Amino acid sequence: MTFLSHLINGISLGSIYAIIALGYTMVYGIAKMLNFAHGDVIMVGAYICFFAVANYGLHPILGILLAMAVCTCLGMIIEKLAYKPLRQAPSLAVLITAIGVSYFLQNGAQLLWTANNKMFPNFLNFGGKTGLSLFEGQLVISWTAIVTVVACVVIMIALTLFTGKTRIGKAMRACSEDKGAAELMGINVNTTISITFAIGSALAAIAGVLLCSAYPILVPTTGSMPGIKAFTAAVFGGIGSIPGALLGGVLLGVIEIFAKAYISTQLSDAIVFAVLIVVLLVKPTGLLGKQIREKV
Amino acid sequence: MKKNTLRITKTTKVNFATYLMVIVAFVVLQSMSNAGMLKSALQGQLVPICAYVTMALALNLTVGVLGELSLGHAGFMSVGAFAGAVVASALRDAIPAPGLLLAISLLVGAAFAAIAGVLVGIPVLRLNGDYLAIVTLAFGEIIKSLINNLYIGVDAKGLHSSFVQNTIALGEGGRMILSGPMGIPGIKKISTFVAGFILIMITLVIIFDLVNSRSGRAIMALRDNRIAAESVGIHVTKYKMMAFVTSAALAGAAGALFALGQNTIVASKFDFNQSILILVFVVLGGQGRMWGSIIAAAALTVLPELLREFADYRMLVYAIVLILVMLLTNNPTLKNFFGTITAKFRKSEKGA
Repeated sequence: MTFLSHLINGISLGSIYAIIALGYTMVYGIAKMLNFAHGDVIMVGAYICFFAVANYGLHPILGILLAMAVCTCLGMIIEKLAYKPLRQAPSLAVLITAIGVSYFLQNGAQLLWTANNKMFPNFLNFGGKTGLSLFEGQLVISWTAIVTVVACVVIMIALTLFTGKTRIGKAMRACSEDKGAAELMGINVNTTISITFAIGSALAAIAGVLLCSAYPILVPTTGSMPGIKAFTAAVFGGIGSIPGALLGGVLLGVIEIFAKAYISTQLSDAIVFAVLIVVLLVKPTGLLGKQIREKV
Repeated sequence: MKKNTLRITKTTKVNFATYLMVIVAFVVLQSMSNAGMLKSALQGQLVPICAYVTMALALNLTVGVLGELSLGHAGFMSVGAFAGAVVASALRDAIPAPGLLLAISLLVGAAFAAIAGVLVGIPVLRLNGDYLAIVTLAFGEIIKSLINNLYIGVDAKGLHSSFVQNTIALGEGGRMILSGPMGIPGIKKISTFVAGFILIMITLVIIFDLVNSRSGRAIMALRDNRIAAESVGIHVTKYKMMAFVTSAALAGAAGALFALGQNTIVASKFDFNQSILILVFVVLGGQGRMWGSIIAAAALTVLPELLREFADYRMLVYAIVLILVMLLTNNPTLKNFFGTITAKFRKSEKGA
């Protein structure tokens, strides 16, 4: 039973990583940049939802929608002001700018909302219970875990359909393959990249709320470690690939929880990163990444 | 054999200008410090500045000269810092002279960081681009975790260590040096500004010598076009390792210098953010441009101190400065825009 409970916890944590990793992977796929500010967008989303619910008494669903709206705008503004002017610049310059944005969001949050811990309320209790009891109470699955996994699956299916079936989705795939050719076919590359950031940031808001429902302490640096882990998950699954983000995220979450439970709490991070290194050495482009042949 | 021995190339000039800049800065700062003209906050920053300048130079060797992005250089700094501090603490009774003790600590720090560099480099350097970057990030985090769980104590029999749990039973008169997440407390501050200056000079000599040698040219050839370099017979792994391990060793020495100028060091200080901070120095200063790294590292280490007046806003200002500098130096439109403004200014000045 404990094994099963750890597995469920792992999948639930992994689903959060997967949702965050989607933001990384989509932006990387289309703009070829590592958006280090993504983790901090998560934090902003969580704060918005927190204040909407705790201070203004909004319904949690409205709180999440508001957080998504704010993060979408934030993502698009960041892209417009900081990344768009650097589209032709070397990738390191863009990376440093992303780090600057990340510092900006963290310190801005600290000024606006102070560095004190905020206890994120648990929205998810139905009928006075925080979880679903199975096997006569031997196994309790929290509603948060269930909602997280369901949300992750729904988002994943929706995104796959979106990128496969809709015009904008196809435009996104075209841009990620060849920007020049896409532009010649009449696709507005700038708009497409902007939309990608908008979607990624909206997902970040959802991930932020889910993350803080599971781990309720909210501080301005809440987003940075999950951000790095999710980035690792994206690379793990093959960066640029949507199913890869899901696979990488879930595997990473499960490995982390198992390492914590069965090996050592303090060393769990080291174990997660060690697994990543081994995977990259065996498959240098991640689990589901495309192997690109080098042409001379 | 050579007839025109007095031909001075541009590189040589730049290199000598760099040495000169460091020497002048040292002399000015040292005499100001002796005259008591430096604010105490800045006085305390002198050793960290030297450590960060050395770190920036070391990372520039990897990023600028070798052309591979490392997001885990704080890991090597950490290895050097802890190795150096442990040695300094263990030998503090055996070697009374602080200068000699510092030199030994720096060497040990560099040696341990070099070993870490070899261990990390073997797997890492097989990868390319962003994947290489993420693996260095992973190694940085692993090193942080490992040191966070390391316990070292010393007694009459020598050093004792344990991992994850503190199981060290020390003999008579023994003491703990490194206790896991608590780090190393009560470090005797033996790093001096003079030592820092010497370390920077040695680092410069090593880097310039490496870059201007046959090996250095091979390394830069790998950076510019790996396939072409490989096809003319350059041993990829060997030269990549050479640059990477040198860089790691220098980072280790910088770490030891830094640690021995602090009261306490903890492993969590040398995290991803620290690696990024050093990367910022390198990118702002210009990749492959050593003098740029020196100025950027020194300026950005002092900047938060100078921004003290803004108190809470200083990190925000730092972030904005960072973004603006990147935009101004890399965006073609803004560059032209500012170019025309300065041109107009010059014209109007001439007209008046």
